[in-house]
Amino acid sequence: MSVLVYLESENKAYKKSAYELASYAVALAGQLSTEAIGLVINNDTPENIGGLNQIISISNESLNTFTAERYASLLSAAFEKSGSQYLVISSSADSKYIGGMIAAQSGSSFIPNVIALPENIEGKTAFKRTVFTNKGFAYTSSRSELCIIGLSKNSFGVHHSNAVPKVEAMTLELTDDRVTVTNKATVNGKATIADADIVVSAGRGLKGPENWHLVEDLAEVLGAATACSKPVSDLGWRPHSEHVGQTGKPVATNLYIAIGISGAIQHLAGINASKVKVVINNDPEAPFFKAADYGIVGDAFTVVPQLIEKLKVFKAQNA
Amino acid sequence: MKILVCISAVPDTTSKINFTADHKSLDTSGVQFVINPNDEFGLTRAVWFKEQQGAEVHIATVGETSVESIMRKALAIGADKAFRIDTHPTDGFLVAQALSEQVKKENYDLVICGRESIDYNGNMVSGLIASHCGYSFINTCTGLTIEGDKATATREIDGGSETLETSLPLVVGAQKGLVEESDLKIPNMRGIMSARTKPLEVITPSNIEALTEDLSFEKPASKSEVTLIDEANIDQLIELLHKEAKVL
Repeated sequence: MSVLVYLESENKAYKKSAYELASYAVALAGQLSTEAIGLVINNDTPENIGGLNQIISISNESLNTFTAERYASLLSAAFEKSGSQYLVISSSADSKYIGGMIAAQSGSSFIPNVIALPENIEGKTAFKRTVFTNKGFAYTSSRSELCIIGLSKNSFGVHHSNAVPKVEAMTLELTDDRVTVTNKATVNGKATIADADIVVSAGRGLKGPENWHLVEDLAEVLGAATACSKPVSDLGWRPHSEHVGQTGKPVATNLYIAIGISGAIQHLAGINASKVKVVINNDPEAPFFKAADYGIVGDAFTVVPQLIEKLKVFKAQNA
Repeated sequence: MKILVCISAVPDTTSKINFTADHKSLDTSGVQFVINPNDEFGLTRAVWFKEQQGAEVHIATVGETSVESIMRKALAIGADKAFRIDTHPTDGFLVAQALSEQVKKENYDLVICGRESIDYNGNMVSGLIASHCGYSFINTCTGLTIEGDKATATREIDGGSETLETSLPLVVGAQKGLVEESDLKIPNMRGIMSARTKPLEVITPSNIEALTEDLSFEKPASKSEVTLIDEANIDQLIELLHKEAKVL
């Protein structure tokens, strides 16, 4: 009973998340003494990835646009055909869209937001996952034999390997989709909160949208995505898609820099899975200082421009 | 148009989360339960469809008697009729099966769930219902208009948004953006009074089964103290991020 892992692609190459996902699947298969099998859709060069020895490749031009119904039935069919016990998927918007649909079609359970390899609890295989938006963890086991694991971003890390996978083409019948995509708008060339290693975020402390150049300039130097607190998106200073927190987006990044954000419990829950947190705030009593790793008590309007200049020098020296 | 909004009762977003001494469940003492925020965006849009397009709005909640207070609030906001499916909601599969039964019974044109509940963050109930009932499905929905049986929706994707078209019957996973935060309704006195007499039916579910089991819970480890850096010494921050934290 193998472990199948769906590795998402974009423009015929792996998405960044795929490397961590493959690493996790290989480790999970190792723990279960079985094989991990990668599944790729429209990926030209399934290169060595995370130690996978075997990859199933599906190619079809009509799969270039993601539509949930078609992708879900395709993945269910591949899950069944591969005879795997586990299907590992990412925490991308697309994979979260189809997780429940695949579970229903394949008769499997689904454990989302998993952050570690399973442990044995009371004789059961228990996966640690985040609950209450990172305010807690649950150890969850599956009651059905088949199980989908949704892996949280940045929870396991990437294991490099030189294993060259054997690639096997698979052809599956495609179903029609009742939902059609009529327009897709993405911001090109800008890091997204979903994918970025660093996120720079700001709150009402910046006083107005006209001051956001500070956030954008800092993000540019760091190759970071930009985000904001809930009040800032509610005020319309920034789009909802940048709102980070319990009712917005969760952020699990390597470095999270919060500027002028006081640190309400809902915001801290949303960013808690980030590895290193830096806070810049002129109020030393701001709750964020209790959640951060590094802090500067100071005025954002003097600290941030200096930080940008000094980072430029640092980047030039360490390029 | 007949709409079902699926609502779950979750701890208020400001709640501190604690678990019982045996680590088996949430410690609910002192926790205020509210309508799941994602469900509330969906409910508000449903009430808009009622006011603008004459839709009939039902709500359904899977839970024991204690959830009735938030159900009354949903009725006060503008839903017409409520169904409480009387069982403890142990996992998303059980909840989705219970709600699917309700959907099949009433043949709704539109079913709105929150993208996820902010307690167990499963993000699966809406997709499960759509599959069980054979409905189209749009998740992370940030905009929805309906003309006849045609639905046009926007969905949040990583780094942007998509416009989608489909036809009813449809399940959507609602989130912020479907309506604005400022459009959320605080029930007025008239709403609260009328909610008392609106029908709230209790249903005993059959054929429901949890597919997962939460064996234990724990809280995150407490954090070490913040390292404060003087605002005149920004180089030190860069050095710490580079050499100690190794994130630059």
